[in-house]
Amino acid sequence: MARYITKRFIYMLITLFVIASLTFFLMKLIPGTPFSAAGKLSPDQLQIMKDKYGLDQPVAVQYAQYIGGLFKGDLGISFQFNNVPVTQLLIERIQPSLQLGFQAIFFGTIIGIVLGVISALRQNTWVDYGATFIAVLGKSIPNFVFAGVMQYYIGVKLGWLPVLFWKGWDYTIMPTIALAMFPIAITARFMRTEMIDVLGSDYITLAKAKGASSLEVAFKHGLRNALIPVITVLGPLAVSLMTGSLVIEQIFAIPGIGEQFVKSITVNDYSVIMGTTLLFSFMFVVIILVVDILYGVIDPRIRLSGGKK
Amino acid sequence: MKKSKYSLLLTLTLVLSVFLAACGGGNSADKGDKKSDGAKTSNVAQEIKVLSRSEIPTLDSVKTTDEIGFNVLNSINEGLYTADKDGSSVPALVDGEPKVSEDGKTVTFKLVDAKWSNGDPVTANDFVYAWQRAIDPATASEYGPYMMNGKIAGAQEITDAAVAKKEFDLNTLGIKALDEKTLEVKFEKVLPYWKDLMAFPTFYPQNEKFVKEKGDAYASNAENLLSNGAFKITSWNGPTATEWTLEKNDNYREAKAVSLKKITFNVVKDNNAQVNAFEGGEADITDILASDLVPQYQGDERMVSSLQPSVFWVKMNYKNAALANVHIREAIAKAFNKEDIAASILNNGSIAANYFVPKQFVSTPDGKDFREKNGDLIVFNAKEAKAAWEKGLADLGIDKLELRYLGGDTDSAKKVDEYIKNQLETNLPGLKVNLESVPFAIRLDRAKAGNYDLLHSGWGPDYPDAMTFADLWLTDGPNNEMTYSSAKYDGLIKKAEEVAANQEEYVSTLQEAERVFLAEDYGVAPTYQKADNILINTKVKGLVALPFGPNYSYKWITVEE
Repeated sequence: MARYITKRFIYMLITLFVIASLTFFLMKLIPGTPFSAAGKLSPDQLQIMKDKYGLDQPVAVQYAQYIGGLFKGDLGISFQFNNVPVTQLLIERIQPSLQLGFQAIFFGTIIGIVLGVISALRQNTWVDYGATFIAVLGKSIPNFVFAGVMQYYIGVKLGWLPVLFWKGWDYTIMPTIALAMFPIAITARFMRTEMIDVLGSDYITLAKAKGASSLEVAFKHGLRNALIPVITVLGPLAVSLMTGSLVIEQIFAIPGIGEQFVKSITVNDYSVIMGTTLLFSFMFVVIILVVDILYGVIDPRIRLSGGKK
Repeated sequence: MKKSKYSLLLTLTLVLSVFLAACGGGNSADKGDKKSDGAKTSNVAQEIKVLSRSEIPTLDSVKTTDEIGFNVLNSINEGLYTADKDGSSVPALVDGEPKVSEDGKTVTFKLVDAKWSNGDPVTANDFVYAWQRAIDPATASEYGPYMMNGKIAGAQEITDAAVAKKEFDLNTLGIKALDEKTLEVKFEKVLPYWKDLMAFPTFYPQNEKFVKEKGDAYASNAENLLSNGAFKITSWNGPTATEWTLEKNDNYREAKAVSLKKITFNVVKDNNAQVNAFEGGEADITDILASDLVPQYQGDERMVSSLQPSVFWVKMNYKNAALANVHIREAIAKAFNKEDIAASILNNGSIAANYFVPKQFVSTPDGKDFREKNGDLIVFNAKEAKAAWEKGLADLGIDKLELRYLGGDTDSAKKVDEYIKNQLETNLPGLKVNLESVPFAIRLDRAKAGNYDLLHSGWGPDYPDAMTFADLWLTDGPNNEMTYSSAKYDGLIKKAEEVAANQEEYVSTLQEAERVFLAEDYGVAPTYQKADNILINTKVKGLVALPFGPNYSYKWITVEE
């Protein structure tokens, strides 16, 4: 296991390096400057700005400087936020996104699994149809619609929950629900299909024959096997939720990172583009590794290469 | 399978009806359900909550370039002059009328006694220091050179030297402290609008000792800032902060005139969310509304609309042989219905522009609007457009034309551009317009490179002078990448500069230049003049909209019962 993880860790570093390099050169292909008043500046004035920030040097030189900084842990400074270090910006902004994403995936998965299992156990009854209905809702309606409707009715009209902002746990409820709808739907659907599949297999029949109760069969014997595909989907989904949802963050005025990523690209804030890309990629490769390890834990039949021979 | 299809349909119907109901519910009908304050107190807390569409990139006055930053600076700091309730510039740190030299280029200011929030007096040297910092290439200020070059003596020379990597001396900038309280400013030429320039945040003073002591940390958060204005900033964690607070500055020279005690700002980037926050009582003033939200508040007393001096136009690139033909340009300029764009598509108080110097922007010496003399120069007229089009095609010996049209990628920009494309293709037979909607930075880059045939863009001025629009079209001007070039036009602009001391002649020369550029040369095809709309709690009185730099002033606000 240790050897496997070490190997994967080295692959991870290589992947990140390739991503950093590709992003850097792609980013430099975007036309425009990072200067907000560029439209009003004369070519001379623009030249002074480029000189100051080293933006008129050959791309190769800029690349070498960037990668050099990266090895020293220096992600550079942000243009749109008057020279604030990118590291500081990322740390500030990732926290709300991580919290929101984690809450959404946590509650989303639990509710989804419960719904899925119930559907499978009560297949083709009104319970099943009800759960299916919720799942279809969650999957087909974009989360910003949920967010907008909730914000207006629960926040503005009824005044039960804060309309927006990120200033305490009660502020996180509506965004979490909005963001959790998709994981609920996905998990419930996968869970239902897999459970039905698993419940039909021989070893379940055996368990039943040995006199296990149906709940015991479902949760002790069925669930574990049915979880594998769910985990496969959940890994990347978790990352995409935790790296911030642009729309949800904007609607509830949450100072997260999702919005920052998109904005930094449109305003050519080079270091922020690089910083967020690297952070997101890092989270992705880590989660993929975790998912791979989890497979082995959940299902011992899955052997990892480099593991026990 | 059939079942699930039906359930999907049912779901969609349900959701759609919920959504539509939500859209319909947001207007003035539910105005009455504001929280009522049972027992009425006679003393209403003089505090308001304001929404901001973005963070404050910087509060270093010499580096700020955006409205959000200008708004806060205008609240916490003051320059020689300041905007009054009617938007005109009145003395702030200047004591009485300054002495203007005979040639009109040198002005000597006496300063009033004013204090920084750390107790230091505001001195003439604070101005010298700030201005030199603004022009210093080491500061890398964008607005410093933009506002000073060609206006403050010596500024252009410093920029030139920096570009050529030669030595320069910041003391050559036209600003000198004659003593503690006396400031001498030398302008490059006669500037009819110098008072307004002196009210602009780029020209605010900075406390040299404080700035040097803080070094790189200066203006990085509320603690590293000094105030000399109506308010002081009491909480702001720096450029990435999404919340900040201003409180009344008791040391302000006119503290008696300020009744507001506290303003809390919160960043809300989504426009619908801003409206929800406003309706939910989380805010007293919203930021500028997107145009699709404006119609639902039409006629609502809570919406305040203000016409801005920003004008938009379709630029036509002269490097394209067809567009170098005046008839083709005339045809394009007259072929789309601007009234429709303003009234139906934007529908937010914007008005059709048949000019390039905006309405309610500058006045002639006799107090009339600059616009009165020239009036409408290019009006929509499909018939004339078609006639000119046929003439142009005949000149060029072609019967078909294909043009690339570069526009913005925001929702309202796309709608406007689609409409113009459609109008052009309908009213000018044989024309095909290929619309390209791109983000702002890319549009700017392609505009600078002259990489377009038609380009929808605009200009928002920073000081009230028709010249800031007129000199855009000079041969080789930095914003004239469409390569318009007319000896007659250049001559008129040069003449206007020479006669600037005589306001009457100056204005009439610029009016003539505008007429030549539009009515003779069809230099650009003006589209509309923009209006801004915000929502404001009816209990909050005295918000003032400003035309340049900062867009709102909170100084005179009072909260009523």
